[in-house]
Amino acid sequence: MTRLEPDTRAAARGLSDLTIRNLFIIPTIVFLIVFNVFPLIYSLWTAFTDYRASTSADANWVGLQNFRELLADPYIWRNFTITAKYVMITVTGQVIVGFGLAMLLNRKIPLKGLITTLLLLPMMLSPAVVGLFWKLLYDPSFGIINYFLGMGKFEWLANPQMALWAVALVDIWMWSPFVMLLSLAGLSAVPKHLYEAAEIDRAGPFYTFFRITLPLVAPILMIAIIFRTMEAFKTFDHAYILSTQPTTELIAIRLYKMAFLEWQTGMSSAFAYIVLIVVVAITNIYVKYLNKAKAR
Amino acid sequence: MQRRYFRLLASAAAFALSAPAAMAQELTIFWAEWDPANYLQELVNEYEAETGVSVTVETTPWADFQTKAFTEFNAKGSAYDMIVGDSQWLGAASEGGHYVDLSDFFKQHNLGEVMAPATVKYYAEYPANSQKYWAIPAEGDAVGWSYRKDWFEDPAEMEAFKAKYGYDLAPPTDWKQLIDIAEFFHRPDQNRYGIAIYTDNSYDGLVMGVENALFSYGAELGNPDTYEVEGIINSDKAVEALEAYRKLYGFTPPGWSKTFFVENNQAITENLAAMSMNYFAFFPALVNPATNPNAANTGFFANPAGPYGDQYAALGGQGISIVSYSSNIEESYKFLEWFIRDDVQKRWAELGGYTAHAKTLESEEFRNATPYNEAFYQTMFKVKDFWAVPEYAELLIAANQRWYPFIVGGEGTAKEALDALAADWTETFKKYGRLK
Repeated sequence: MTRLEPDTRAAARGLSDLTIRNLFIIPTIVFLIVFNVFPLIYSLWTAFTDYRASTSADANWVGLQNFRELLADPYIWRNFTITAKYVMITVTGQVIVGFGLAMLLNRKIPLKGLITTLLLLPMMLSPAVVGLFWKLLYDPSFGIINYFLGMGKFEWLANPQMALWAVALVDIWMWSPFVMLLSLAGLSAVPKHLYEAAEIDRAGPFYTFFRITLPLVAPILMIAIIFRTMEAFKTFDHAYILSTQPTTELIAIRLYKMAFLEWQTGMSSAFAYIVLIVVVAITNIYVKYLNKAKAR
Repeated sequence: MQRRYFRLLASAAAFALSAPAAMAQELTIFWAEWDPANYLQELVNEYEAETGVSVTVETTPWADFQTKAFTEFNAKGSAYDMIVGDSQWLGAASEGGHYVDLSDFFKQHNLGEVMAPATVKYYAEYPANSQKYWAIPAEGDAVGWSYRKDWFEDPAEMEAFKAKYGYDLAPPTDWKQLIDIAEFFHRPDQNRYGIAIYTDNSYDGLVMGVENALFSYGAELGNPDTYEVEGIINSDKAVEALEAYRKLYGFTPPGWSKTFFVENNQAITENLAAMSMNYFAFFPALVNPATNPNAANTGFFANPAGPYGDQYAALGGQGISIVSYSSNIEESYKFLEWFIRDDVQKRWAELGGYTAHAKTLESEEFRNATPYNEAFYQTMFKVKDFWAVPEYAELLIAANQRWYPFIVGGEGTAKEALDALAADWTETFKKYGRLK
């Protein structure tokens, strides 16, 4: 049998390795360097300066001053507290709703394909559009939520205590299908013979769930939690559209105001790096748990 | 054949070289997307007919306006020759080198007197009282009020009001009456509410709304020369003003927690409120039966006086500036010379633009042209504005952070909110070296 050299094999398929590199790999690397790596490095530099993009003044090196000011600012800590609360509510809600829906759809039910597709619709919508129509749904005068719940003119978004829950509910509605989709993939991968064995052993539904289903789906559920946590930390669009209550000012909203309304470019770059460090730290904790779950 | 080819090439090169010269006959003005920008486009079409220079008014939604403008400035882009920028931008745009200094042009054409003095002070001059001018007042605007004439003139309502408050029901002349009338018409069980005010704290909505109370109660934001704010923004009068605004919030329709010009016009068109605060620029929609079913029953009044006789309104509107990075600066100057002409300003007002031109404003013709022009005329000579320093956005956000929880959430007291704001603003002014 004749062995072909790599170049020759690629050529036999129509494209040489050199052509593939020139056509696909180099443009991708250039694109990543220009639009990802360079801005990342540049913003790291601006984080240590007093640069303001709204002026033509030169940026001056200020060392750690931006980081010191941010960490001493009580507003920033309030933004982090609000965001942490928001992440807890949304991710917990999405896991409960998403996993519950996946459990339902894992059974044999009529029109399963159509129901699954319909349930996926919310996450396909633009967050800005979702924000706008939920604003109408929440309206105390003509919103259908109050109408169906018989809550009169209850103020969902004008009430500082309720606004965060109202915004979180929208996120849960929008992203539970994502958790559902991943959970469904995990559930369908659980070997059927384990359930058969549990049935023979007369194991109850709770025992089966906690000893078979949950441990086997846990790794993929953990991946869903990692993704949702990272995304929830960055929530901007629908939260910005729905409410301007100080109690719903998430870190992404504060960051936007600092960068594009106040034009504190250096300070906002430092803020963005603090957020990045927090997200990376939390993700690492999750990944550690994910590895443990996989090992089990 | 070769000679013909070279001739063709030479013609093409000549055409290409002549293109920039032709392009100089085109000017671009950048503004926000709203009706006055359409009126300006109509006006500048007449400039094209007169001079052959084509002028395009390019617009972007209000929410993007500042970001898009400053992104272009920062890039030193020449996409826009002129910009009709917000009054608060004067500091940032002039100190940043983005606007051409129009001081000589201003003095040469005596614009300090040609335009209404308040508009010159707030749309054109920076720093305050420096005699340095960066814009020509273009779209004058301020906050005024619309009200439901049919509700006010209903004999049963008039009788009930007089019995309760001891004076006749009529458009309020002071803030006490404003609060009384709002309270009188506030009937949630009838789906009818007292008043619509600005509460949107995402940019300057809430702050512009509160300013109407602050300035009319005789309070000030601070000292514009020394940047001292302690004891000024948190003065007793300011406390009273903030309390009055909070009181008004109690008479707004449900869910009135993020409202600006769109919602406040809707309060009148949808039969929600008896009175509604809004910029004059949005009043044309209220006299148009196609957009307001209550057009025939909608009246207008200027921001009422406060308890100590002061009467001011928050300034809106914009001045037109030449962008430093424009490649058509000379042509832009010629356009401005045309724009400030008496006949052009009169035409600008006829088309629907709110002129700041003193002579046009004072004319009977202008004052009687619409149901709200008289109120506009009265207001434009007693307006005050927010800080125009480059760090205005930080000051604005601090005001939103301190006022909103008190007004909408009922948290703390007016005094606490203002004391905290005075501390925030002092810190900001110290940070930028304006205050020692």
